[in-house]
Amino acid sequence: MAKVLVVTSGKGGVGKTTSTAALGAALAQSGQSVVVVDFDVGLRNLDLVMGAERRVVFDLINVVQGVAKLPQALIRDKRLENLWLLPASQTRDKDALTDEGVGRVIAELRSRFDWILCDSPAGIERGATLAMRYADEAVIVTNPEVSSVRDSDRIIGMLDSKTVRAERGERVEKHVLITRYDPARAARGEMLNIDDILEILATPLLGIIPESQDVLKASNVGTPVTLNNAESAPARAYIDASRRLMGEEVAMVVPAERKGFMNRLLGRRAA
Amino acid sequence: MDVRADPTRQLVRLRGRSYVAFVFSPVVPIVEWLAEIDATLARSPGYFVGKPIVLDLSAVDLSSSAIAHLVGSLNERNIRVLGIEGVEEDRLAANMPPLLTGGRACVITRSESTQKSEPEPKKPTSLLLENPVRSGQSIVFMEGDVTVLGSVGSGAEIVAGGSIHIYGTLRGRAMAGVNGNSAARIYCQKIEAELLAIDGYYQTAEEIDVALRSRPAQAWLEGDTMKITPLN
Repeated sequence: MAKVLVVTSGKGGVGKTTSTAALGAALAQSGQSVVVVDFDVGLRNLDLVMGAERRVVFDLINVVQGVAKLPQALIRDKRLENLWLLPASQTRDKDALTDEGVGRVIAELRSRFDWILCDSPAGIERGATLAMRYADEAVIVTNPEVSSVRDSDRIIGMLDSKTVRAERGERVEKHVLITRYDPARAARGEMLNIDDILEILATPLLGIIPESQDVLKASNVGTPVTLNNAESAPARAYIDASRRLMGEEVAMVVPAERKGFMNRLLGRRAA
Repeated sequence: MDVRADPTRQLVRLRGRSYVAFVFSPVVPIVEWLAEIDATLARSPGYFVGKPIVLDLSAVDLSSSAIAHLVGSLNERNIRVLGIEGVEEDRLAANMPPLLTGGRACVITRSESTQKSEPEPKKPTSLLLENPVRSGQSIVFMEGDVTVLGSVGSGAEIVAGGSIHIYGTLRGRAMAGVNGNSAARIYCQKIEAELLAIDGYYQTAEEIDVALRSRPAQAWLEGDTMKITPLN
């Protein structure tokens, strides 16, 4: 059964595209066939993060409008043969997307792939609503700060009302992915803590991705962070998250500062 | 030939028959009483159409012209007065409905009435929300109380004709008693509200006592001031 998963957030710059690429690559690495679809028409980025920007010929809009066939627009990843990209158009805008056109493309992708990851644009307008429209599951990417959390809350409300599943009276399975988590700042109380975020969003946690230079480095070379350096902390967190998406039970690791021996001892005793 | 039709003698037949009539008993001030009638009409227009109406003026002391004005006002609302009781006959002009006496009270059984008054399904007077109310959502329920089992997010709002009960954290706005119900209250398990309002009187987050933050609290109106106190 193919699963359509939307990666969304409401707020911009929280790491939707990075997370889409990293989760897509991690799922593909574990043998699933995966396509990542860029819905950010006019401001596409996923092709860059995936390192496929120089191979784009046709795009999502061409397929939606029937100008090109789906196989012509799909780009296969150079590193993983079961990872594909459906890029967005950079020259058009979101109004070029139609509900039935997107529905048709998603239905066709369902017959070809195990996972369809939709990278949503920021905002709550047409692009974002169409990216979530046909989703079975959603990953809500949230930074540990109030504006991001409130926007995520808003997006969760839309997932519960504006998707096809919601309209049929079914549920979109939702997961919160906390990104750019900085243990040092968290310890100083400069960020919302995880419990507060989860309490506000009332949605299960998929993973916590630590703030890391590895993410930036991977983006710059056009490689999903899970492929660039699978041993780095963010890559391990994304890989764990992808295993949770596949239904595995994986213990949650809260990124922590390196503590002294006494602190660790006390911390463990208190737990 | 005698073509003159012999008119058969028409007998004047007098029969008694009793009807059930609505009795209006106006009270002073008449203007407010009329406003009450208007409110009834607003809820169910045409409610009095085709129904016999009797005016009982025993509770008021109206001059002849005042009675004429009252009957006229009712006519304007398409309420036609069949008769008047509880007033001296000499106060009624010839063009007014006749004086009635000897009415007996009875229970009005609503006969299966005409066109419009299909029996409305009884509307619920409370609304229960089992899921959190998310940022950007607006729940409007004018008919009564709203109960939320989860939290109300920052940027969400609940608008209720009655009271508001929130078993999670209230981070958004809650507006109770919006159609003039000053007895409405707001209860929440944890108060971090952006705004609380009851019957138009409101307090914003800045005005809410910091000591109350994150505690169970209730808000109610005492005269013109909104009180917010901890629940325990």
